[in-house]
Amino acid sequence: MNWSDFFAMGGYAFYVWSAWGLTGVVLLWQFTQPRLRNAKLRRELKRHYERQKLADSKQ
Amino acid sequence: MNPFKSIWNFLYISFHRLGSPREFYTISAYATPVFGLLFLGLSTYGAYLGLFVAPADYQQGDSFRIIYVHVPAAWLSLFIYVVMACASAIGLIWRMKMAFVVALCSAPIGAAFTFLALATGSLWGAPIWGTWWEWDARLTSELILLFLYSGVMALYYAFDDRRTAERATAMLAVVGVVIVPIIHYSVEWWSSLHQGATVFREGGPAMPANMLTPLLLMALGFTFFYGYCLFHRARNMVLHNERNSSWVREMINELE
Repeated sequence: MNWSDFFAMGGYAFYVWSAWGLTGVVLLWQFTQPRLRNAKLRRELKRHYERQKLADSKQ
Repeated sequence: MNPFKSIWNFLYISFHRLGSPREFYTISAYATPVFGLLFLGLSTYGAYLGLFVAPADYQQGDSFRIIYVHVPAAWLSLFIYVVMACASAIGLIWRMKMAFVVALCSAPIGAAFTFLALATGSLWGAPIWGTWWEWDARLTSELILLFLYSGVMALYYAFDDRRTAERATAMLAVVGVVIVPIIHYSVEWWSSLHQGATVFREGGPAMPANMLTPLLLMALGFTFFYGYCLFHRARNMVLHNERNSSWVREMINELE
């Protein structure tokens, strides 16, 4: 198999690889966004519970 | 016991178990990685077949290989909207917390797939139609779908009270479902630059098996990706909504 022919996509390389590349980027973004949000949420909840604990112990 | 009754009972019990945020959080922890692996396996094999094995189209040449990302994205954009509308209806009728969560978490994923369908369609249209954009029925109705998804997300964050926000967005999602048949039949009802149905049509698919198989694999893979992202987002929303529950507090304190 000739790799340069494969990547040339019969003269449509820009359109084909832009479409596939854009799909990859959007899927990767959809994959990482909730994972980052989950890590942030856990940190926020941890802080929230620690503050509550501190407030309870002061009373 | 009647097997159909057993299956019905299993589905009925599962539906109600998944309606509990705590049960959903526990069950989705096992389902999420399975969905992720199925997505990876199916889409990798589908991409291999679509890029390396499927022959070039006799008219469009290799540019037709955009079909393997464009069509699954377009199918998912409609499928996710139907899921969102059904979940919204369940939330409005039975007041299930998890139904609203599923509906709201589906919106950004559906918007991403709609954007992909429009962008990859434009990249396909440029060399084949000779234009990046045309205000025809199919393209315009798909753009309206993107606005609907955006509207659902914007409306949810426009309210301070979560219950009001959930009900308002659910109503918009249910009313907006009328766009789905309009998009599907737009190529038949109006004169359109976009081609008619190729797979789901009378007389069976108009594609040979070696071109159709990767398309179906990619579509199935993308569907599992939607499930994977939905579970992740829903788990985050459950944690946020139930942050004052003892089970969330115990879980966070145990894990850290």
